[in-house]
Amino acid sequence: MVQWGSHMAEFSLPANSKVKTGKTFKAAAGAANSKKFQVYRYDPDNDENPRLDTYEVDMDTCGPMVLDALIKIKNEMDSTLTFRRSCREGVCGSCAMNVDGTNTLSCIKAIDDIEGDAKVYPLPHMSVIKDLVPDLKRAYAQYTSIEPWLKTTTPPPPDKERLQSPEERAKLDGLWECVLCFCCSTSCPSYWWNGDRYLGPAALLQAYRWIADSRDEDTGERLDNLEDPFRLYRCHTIMNCTKTCPKNLNPAKAIAEVKKLMLARR
Amino acid sequence: MSLRTDLGKVRGLGSAKEGVGHWWSQRLTAIALIPLLIWLIASIVPLAGAEVRIVREWISEPVNSVLLLSLIVAVFHHAQLGLQVVIEDYVHTVWLKLASLIVVKFLAFGLSTTSIFAVLKIAFSG
Repeated sequence: MVQWGSHMAEFSLPANSKVKTGKTFKAAAGAANSKKFQVYRYDPDNDENPRLDTYEVDMDTCGPMVLDALIKIKNEMDSTLTFRRSCREGVCGSCAMNVDGTNTLSCIKAIDDIEGDAKVYPLPHMSVIKDLVPDLKRAYAQYTSIEPWLKTTTPPPPDKERLQSPEERAKLDGLWECVLCFCCSTSCPSYWWNGDRYLGPAALLQAYRWIADSRDEDTGERLDNLEDPFRLYRCHTIMNCTKTCPKNLNPAKAIAEVKKLMLARR
Repeated sequence: MSLRTDLGKVRGLGSAKEGVGHWWSQRLTAIALIPLLIWLIASIVPLAGAEVRIVREWISEPVNSVLLLSLIVAVFHHAQLGLQVVIEDYVHTVWLKLASLIVVKFLAFGLSTTSIFAVLKIAFSG
């Protein structure tokens, strides 16, 4: 895997991660309306540096989204291109990547919104497994660490589900929609420099999703586990997370709510 | 190489169960510094070029002395809290991080006590 260095904050890429210019794949002859896609490539099976390959994609036979172009490239131009995708409609979170300088889901990013050549990179500052596939093991472990399930002492009613008033349910709006694509966490410099100890906006929004749930009885324990100079307080509220979220959620606000609760229980 | 699980690494040494005090102090000192700095600037601009005797008299006014002492405490406390975060963010070499934190804390303590002593000396010796 390409290592992005975890020991010191780094402001330039390590020598083996520097991105070289790659190959150019021309559009089929007769394509009148093509657009260039510059795509980050990394092959773990050789010792070569990552490279930026250029694909001239025929827009007259391509779907509207960046993911459509990537699928077209893989089907028709270069079958070695590797990326994650599943639902192709913004609910699974698989195709998160950095498109045109911003982390987003490529399946809901319109090609028309990109001026000039479209640059497509993996999520920033994660180890790269191959091409556009980042290693998300640690991010998932951070999600596991916030124990994302309902925790109660009171036994459930024997004949029905645990009830919630409409007002209580409304507190989960803006939280439950998160698809765990990690666009937010990987847009955050604090997560880049201290991702080994800072939980990052995605895991913290999820933590708040359970803290805010009226049915959950473990709020104090949850806050105990978050109250830490690194786990929570590495957030310095620069709000890259909120700006980049492809689902238009507000992780920065969720983190602020957690900080308010920390103060409220003193 | 480590065969430890990712969850094991993430849980690490557990939560420090602190951080809210630091966070709240930083905000309290920030709020205090807004009126204090406005007062300081509004007060010392007219004193620019004044004789030393006039400035000493201004400092020894009880209201001015108390506000100056408050300003000194708030400024240095706020600065060392903020610099601590910057160092923790960016310096990951253990010895360098520790050394930087010690230098910042000692400097903040030394400079603030020196400044406090200067104000008190002028305030009480006229």
